[in-house]
Amino acid sequence: MVGNGILKGLIETARNFFGSYVSKPRLTTVQYPEQREPQIEATRNFPFLVFDGPDWHAGMRCVACQICEKECPPKCIFIEKSKDKKPDAVGKPQAYPAVFNIDISVCMSCQICVEVCPFDAIKMDVEYDLPTDDRFAGLLFDKQRLSKSNEYYNRIHPTEAGAIDARFAEERAKAKATADAKAAAAAAAAAPQPQPAGEQK
Amino acid sequence: MTQMLDQIFVTAKLWLMGYIPAAAKPLASAILSVVPVLIAFPLLFAITTWLERKGLGRIQNRLGPNRTGPFGLLQPIADAIKSLTKEDIVPLRADHAVHFLAPVLLVLASFLGYAVLPIGRNMVIVNLDAGVLYFFAAGSVVELAVFMAGWSSRSKYSLLGAMRAIAQMISYEVPLVLASVVVIMQAGSLSTVAIVEKQTGYTGIFPHWFVFTPWGFVGFALFMIAATAESNRSPFDLPEGESEIIAGYYIEYSGFKFALFFLGEYLGMFATSGMAITLFLGGWTAPVSFLTWIPSYIWFFAKLVTLIAVFIWIRGTLPRLRMDQLMNLAWEFILPMALLNMLVAGVWHFMPSGILRWLVCTAIVATPCVLFSARLKRKKRLQVRTYIFAD
Amino acid sequence: MTAAFFILAALTVAGTAAAMGLRNAVHCVLALTVGFAGVAALYLQLGAQFVGLTQIMVYVGAVAILAVFAIMMTHKPGEDQPRIFSSHWVVGGVVAAAVFSVLAWAISSSGTANQFPPPEPSVTVLAIGDSLMHTYVLPLELMGLLLTAALIGAVVIAMDRREETK
Repeated sequence: MVGNGILKGLIETARNFFGSYVSKPRLTTVQYPEQREPQIEATRNFPFLVFDGPDWHAGMRCVACQICEKECPPKCIFIEKSKDKKPDAVGKPQAYPAVFNIDISVCMSCQICVEVCPFDAIKMDVEYDLPTDDRFAGLLFDKQRLSKSNEYYNRIHPTEAGAIDARFAEERAKAKATADAKAAAAAAAAAPQPQPAGEQK
Repeated sequence: MTQMLDQIFVTAKLWLMGYIPAAAKPLASAILSVVPVLIAFPLLFAITTWLERKGLGRIQNRLGPNRTGPFGLLQPIADAIKSLTKEDIVPLRADHAVHFLAPVLLVLASFLGYAVLPIGRNMVIVNLDAGVLYFFAAGSVVELAVFMAGWSSRSKYSLLGAMRAIAQMISYEVPLVLASVVVIMQAGSLSTVAIVEKQTGYTGIFPHWFVFTPWGFVGFALFMIAATAESNRSPFDLPEGESEIIAGYYIEYSGFKFALFFLGEYLGMFATSGMAITLFLGGWTAPVSFLTWIPSYIWFFAKLVTLIAVFIWIRGTLPRLRMDQLMNLAWEFILPMALLNMLVAGVWHFMPSGILRWLVCTAIVATPCVLFSARLKRKKRLQVRTYIFAD
Repeated sequence: MTAAFFILAALTVAGTAAAMGLRNAVHCVLALTVGFAGVAALYLQLGAQFVGLTQIMVYVGAVAILAVFAIMMTHKPGEDQPRIFSSHWVVGGVVAAAVFSVLAWAISSSGTANQFPPPEPSVTVLAIGDSLMHTYVLPLELMGLLLTAALIGAVVIAMDRREETK
């Protein structure tokens, strides 16, 4: 019948029109910036440095091994190693970065620095709302700007952070166990010898 | 009470006329009749732009404008400010006089059509004896304005768009006029007021609108199709299709002149819808007999807004027709149907009233539609596709 | 001889004079269209509704478009008239004055124009239609035939000549 297709089309658009008031699939607009789509866990934007504990400088996991600086393809990371040492995530005294700059206007979010870091110190952040009116200094992030807590890391990437925390807890427990065993052995070695008087009777 | 509300504008005008000296009475009467139309229809234009953007948005699964004011209601004001403050660019080689006059003529011609539309009981600006003819004469001035716009810009695209637009408008003017001739045949008069008067009775609760007869229904459908094409609206908007020819004959216009083109086009749409309402949908009469207490102008505007909503609905649904498809539709389908409709109206007039004439008339108009759809289905002998280079 | 008549007459004369005097061909046609509109308004002022409205519909809406299309398709851009006054303007002026005087004498001494008071216009669209269908039905049918022939001729001229090359 002439006009059949047109009528079917009109019914479909009418369904769209009235359905957009009642059902979500018929109105897919997300009104940014008041509403935002939830990000998936694997979202990444620019890197950040993880620190454990309350003090961002004392708890920083980075030991300035400079592997990420060497591996970064556009060379956006700049590290200066410190002269003194401080204890790292597992307690061993290590160097730390005196200067750690990332130029996010150069960074291409390839995540290579995250993949090569042996200390799980640098991870990918999900923050994308980073406008600034200074396109040189405003886009050069320094050590303090890059440091974010482990609790924040757990919030944005719970699965990875959970796995890393579990591993660290295991390593700390192992380190504590060996330290305890050593301390016990040292205490046993330092304690007075048992008298062999019982044997002469 | 309802009578007073219905005639409130007429009584207001008569009261104001009492204060005017006799020498200035004709001029004052003309001004007092025209000014409400000049205020109401541009206001309706502003509301329609908002309605269109929100409506199309919802049809396309998105919100329309919603930032300027609650629900985006101040968007037309924002659009007006934008179009007034935009730089008015005129091409260097353009014909400045004609370039300036084209939008002016378009708006003028579009406004002239409102003079014969009866907006309410006793509310028509001038009751011409040849009102319908006047309306179509005013509509044919629009084509000249379109040509002036396309020619004066001295640009290939605008000229091409203008020629296409004029060809389309001329081709669809014939079915438009023929579709309205059936109403004139039945009403026996060219005066719009007389045509509305003929549709004021009620049988039971159903009105005597012409659209509820076989010839009236077909005539209404053909008139609406031709009206969509006359005002260059989707799906007939190839001359101004934004993705094909950018903006067609008004490419080289910016700022307020562009807004005037927009205004002229929408005013033409309102005027043609108003004429369709007058001819087929009973003008200012109520659709059911127990609702006649609502004022007549409210009914006219309610029907007008409904037709505008249908226009927006069709715009959001149908894809654009190509130029040759458009012309084929006009000359090969709409025009023969309009002529057949005239035959049906004649048969209706001379047969005695009863179920037989309904059946005969419906059969006469339904047969070509069925045959046409059969022909469309038959021609789809698609070839079997063989892909030579793909496995 | 009201003010409306003088204004409309001035508009018509100005439009047609401009149509003769302007250099650009499209401007000439547009000025002629103003002249057509003036004539239509004069018809309406005399009370001849049908003729006036048909004048607008046919002349302004169709003939003007036809003229501009013809100019557009045959005119080379930049080819404007350098001189609008011909060198034989004396002879032309004499001929124009002679025609004008003959017409003026004929109209002013005719019986219809000299009636006082002028008769009320009583021709409505209904009367025109009535006389077309009763008294003048044969000329109507002949004109319909003529227009059909013109339409078919236009279609034949514009038709694709594909059948000859097959």
